[in-house]
Amino acid sequence: MSSPATVASLRTLRHRRLALVLGSLAALVVVLAALGLTLGAASLTPGRALLAVVGVGDAGDLFVVHRLRLPRVAAALLAGAAFGLAGALFQSTLRNPLASPDILGIASGASLGAVTVLLGLGLTGAAVSAGAFVGAATIAVLIWFFAWRQGLHSIRFVLVGVGFAYLASSLLAWMLASADQRDAATALVWTVGSVADVRGPALTVLGVGLVVLAAAVAALARWQGPLALGDDHARGLGVATDAARVTTLLVAVALVALATATVGPLAFVALVAPAIARRLVDDGGPALSVSVATGATLVLAADIVAQHGLLGVSAPTGIVTGLVGAPYLLWLLATHERRSRA
Amino acid sequence: MIDVPHAPPGSRTSAGDLTAHGVSIGYDGRPVIEGLDLTLPQGRVTAVVGPNACGKSTLLRGLARLHPLIAGRVTLGDRDVTNLPRKELARLVGVLPQSSVAPDGVRVAELVGRGRYPHQGWFGRHSSDDDVVVMRSLEATGVADLADRPVAELSGGQRQRVWVAMVLAQETDVVLLDEPTTFLDVTHQVELLDLLHDLNRERGTTVVMVLHELNLAARYADHLVVMCAGRVVAEGAPSDVIDEATVLEAFGLDAKVVPDPVSGTPMIVPVGRHRRADGTLAPDGSAEPRE
Repeated sequence: MSSPATVASLRTLRHRRLALVLGSLAALVVVLAALGLTLGAASLTPGRALLAVVGVGDAGDLFVVHRLRLPRVAAALLAGAAFGLAGALFQSTLRNPLASPDILGIASGASLGAVTVLLGLGLTGAAVSAGAFVGAATIAVLIWFFAWRQGLHSIRFVLVGVGFAYLASSLLAWMLASADQRDAATALVWTVGSVADVRGPALTVLGVGLVVLAAAVAALARWQGPLALGDDHARGLGVATDAARVTTLLVAVALVALATATVGPLAFVALVAPAIARRLVDDGGPALSVSVATGATLVLAADIVAQHGLLGVSAPTGIVTGLVGAPYLLWLLATHERRSRA
Repeated sequence: MIDVPHAPPGSRTSAGDLTAHGVSIGYDGRPVIEGLDLTLPQGRVTAVVGPNACGKSTLLRGLARLHPLIAGRVTLGDRDVTNLPRKELARLVGVLPQSSVAPDGVRVAELVGRGRYPHQGWFGRHSSDDDVVVMRSLEATGVADLADRPVAELSGGQRQRVWVAMVLAQETDVVLLDEPTTFLDVTHQVELLDLLHDLNRERGTTVVMVLHELNLAARYADHLVVMCAGRVVAEGAPSDVIDEATVLEAFGLDAKVVPDPVSGTPMIVPVGRHRRADGTLAPDGSAEPRE
């Protein structure tokens, strides 16, 4: 009974579970997407909405689906996928479920960068995305600089990151308070996050960027197994841990910046999506692919709730993700203590 | 192979001695070990002992490149491994660090499979060869029956065997272990040391371990290295190395050395101030060995 076949069959079971989880999430995404395309002021049946997606139907249907609803669904899926993947990379690379880009201030850095460009320089479009990237990367480098002591230590990284999150949020609040009201309303999207107004070019940038970065992640994912065992084991297995961490986190920062630049911060998605994914897979791995799926599912669901006021609130997407994420964070803080002895 | 008396024919010891040449290792620029020269013989079991903070773990970490060297170099046979790419080194030298925490949810065979990392290509696919090596490692450490159990559910002794299995799955000629018995009760300590002895004798693996328990070190080591304050105080066969003077010098411990009734190797019996069989107590608190 104990033979190499045991090892192989264990792997087969894992593959099956992964396929089941991904399949279920994909089905959920399809249902949610259909909902997202169907619900709204112009009432469409699911059938007509789906036909309109492939270009069949009257002009009104096509306009509503192609111009209004499809971009919104796509933005939710892509941004959610990016946040989910980024969060999974942060948490597994730093071996800490709290080490998500929203807690660390990377996301606030992206918002700050975007708002600086928007309000400070008065630019729009691609410049705002670039600003978000610069902001996120700046915060990441600063955390790095202050947290680095002969290597990267997860706890110090998180604590320094929390400090910078406050700093970035304060600067952001100050900028918004001193801006005139109309601009501040635009800027609110950057502080809370919404997938409502993402159109053509921005969506393309998000999609292409996500594919490129996901490919990079696929190439770097092999480090995750050894890194999850701790620095000593990872080095013993032949991983240059510091270089591996720096490279992986750079890609993760790029993912956060990309998504934040397009839809704003969307609180807690990067924190919660990987946690759900790991729970679903439960193999001691980082659950990268499943985090992509849970992130996409979460944001899409949150946006449907937000858009149609299903919970009695009609609000930007980021408010709903925050309402879901905050209790999870509290639960994590309450239970993390006993598991973090290592 | 002639200089490896215990290794059976056909064993695959080929790497050669692991040697430190003028090695300095330290923390925050403060050297704990300075200019150390030491040869750890190929195909043998070497135990490194010494009092707390003597630099024995630091030495092992330096040899395994878990901690950077300030100066000096390390060779394996005639090969300089000081600047070898890590992955290449990981195919030559395996290391079991002092503390190991398995990720939640990981199963025994999966954890051991991570030992195959240095042998896998860029996308890390498991081949059927990997499965064979994993199973062999599980069997060698007596945990094959646990292959599909979550590591978190195992007892401390089982878990330590699983970690050893992971290091074995690396298929290295040299295995370094940093206090592998620390969190184990005495039964599991002996079990683990027997296991390491078997590995050495059956596979010819060079085993180097930092040990706390002097008597077990003296029993299981072919080669014993006694360290104190970052220096090697004595090295050689345990029966040549362990005497009352060395124990006093290295550990500051007044002790009797008698033959181990089971193995005949030297056994250290601390004198202490109290509980002597004849009821004497040194008046100034210093021990007074009786003739």
